[in-house]
Amino acid sequence: MQYLLLIYSNEAELAGRSPATIASMTAEYTEFTKGIIQAGQFKAGDRLKPTSAATTVRVRNGQVAITDGPFAETREQLGGYYLVEAKNLDEATAIAARIPGAKIGSIEVRPIWPPMA
Amino acid sequence: MVEEVFRRESGRVLATLIRLLGEFDLAEEARQDAFTAAVEQWAATGVPANPRAWLISTGRNKAVDRIRRDAVFRSRIQGREIASAEADAAAVLDESDDSAFGDDRLRLIFTCCHPALSSEAQIALTLREVCGLTTQAVARAFLVGEETMAQRLVRAKKKIRDAGIPYETPEPPLFNQRIQGVLAVVYGVFTEGYAVTTGTRLVDAELCGEAIRLGRLLDELLPRNSAVLGLLALMLLHDARRPARESHEGDVILLEDQDRTLWDQAKITEGLALVDRALNTPGQLSTYAVQAAIAALHVRAQRKEETDWPQIVGLYEVLLRLQPSPVIELNHAVAVSMVDGAARGLDLVDSLRGRGQVNEYHLLHAARGRFLQQLGRLREAGEAYRTALGFATLGPERRLLAARIASIEKMSAAMNSGAACRSDVSGV
Repeated sequence: MQYLLLIYSNEAELAGRSPATIASMTAEYTEFTKGIIQAGQFKAGDRLKPTSAATTVRVRNGQVAITDGPFAETREQLGGYYLVEAKNLDEATAIAARIPGAKIGSIEVRPIWPPMA
Repeated sequence: MVEEVFRRESGRVLATLIRLLGEFDLAEEARQDAFTAAVEQWAATGVPANPRAWLISTGRNKAVDRIRRDAVFRSRIQGREIASAEADAAAVLDESDDSAFGDDRLRLIFTCCHPALSSEAQIALTLREVCGLTTQAVARAFLVGEETMAQRLVRAKKKIRDAGIPYETPEPPLFNQRIQGVLAVVYGVFTEGYAVTTGTRLVDAELCGEAIRLGRLLDELLPRNSAVLGLLALMLLHDARRPARESHEGDVILLEDQDRTLWDQAKITEGLALVDRALNTPGQLSTYAVQAAIAALHVRAQRKEETDWPQIVGLYEVLLRLQPSPVIELNHAVAVSMVDGAARGLDLVDSLRGRGQVNEYHLLHAARGRFLQQLGRLREAGEAYRTALGFATLGPERRLLAARIASIEKMSAAMNSGAACRSDVSGV
């Protein structure tokens, strides 16, 4: 089964980190990503630019509305994701628990619909 | 004869079918089909030597038929394989010992109690699938409509399917954490039966019975587990007091006022033995075992005057270190008052109140009321009881608080009118 692991954290708090902390977290992510690639679980994964760079698009009554910012103001913001292959939810949550961001934020684990037969 | 087989094997057959088929509803239908076939065929051939294996392999074959016929089941099974017919039938017939089936029942319990399900869903699913209660009975237990409960169960099973919750017993690293979740569900069922949170019933004996049955099943499947032993002991010791807890009119009778001759001695004996085993089993001390030890001290006292309150205070302090909680602090304060007096108890409760965590808990205000009453501060006691009444939801508890308020008003009136008040203030 495939799962999308959505990495949420409070951007303001992240922005306040020291260079040393940032370096250490980056190293942890590199380590983690290498691990799940080796385990054959990694399908995709990226770090997202912050919500200050986000744009939201909605189309209503044929009108395209483009607005600055994320789709909604939330206490934690989406900062990155991994797309993984896992046997079941327990394996997916075990992977999520090892994501460095899980220590400071929240990881939402969303199963993906299998492709239509 | 066949009925007895059904009663004994029904749970185990379902658990194994769920593992083989990987799907709750399909497994339930399969079990139903198997039992129907059994009724028809065993009339002629007699009960087979291994009825369980027969039911399982018949159920599995009927399920395969169903999948071919029914598009809904087909779509659910899509993408997964059901083990091949021949290999599986052989495997099932070889598994004549209990351990394999024990594993399946454990798998089923852990699945129903998976943390990815809401705790409401966990309890409902456990009562329905593990205990075998009808949807109607589960709905009644939680005072919701049958349709509401049916929907809750449908959503829970859908979550299991959609999110890929596995039918597995967790591996050692996660096992201890997950077993705590299971015990919380079992205890949740028991406390729902022991102190129904809304409405007019004070207790629901059937729910307490189901919880105890679940506890016994866990003890059978996970022997020498201190937390399991502790929880089972705790439930038995509480349940033993149930006959004395409610008056004919449905009013609460507090522990100190209970007729101890009504307590169930068989449950007490069993509970006390389990507490000893729980406390002597190696491993981390479980909060259930400590709570059971406290219950044991209450139960060992032939009369309330013989209650070993100092030891109870000590045990509450152990419990607070393991699991700090305002409710436990409150119980600790009451125990302390029995040793050091009402003023000391009041200090502790006021400190708890000052921290602002449980100000809507009716028992906190009721306890304040008791202490204030014992200290002769009647007006404040009345106010505390009134506050408690504002938060209490259970009919019998509300009546008890109302009675306290009424008797304080009577006492105050008597004192104000100058009449000597001879009634024992603490005996209300």
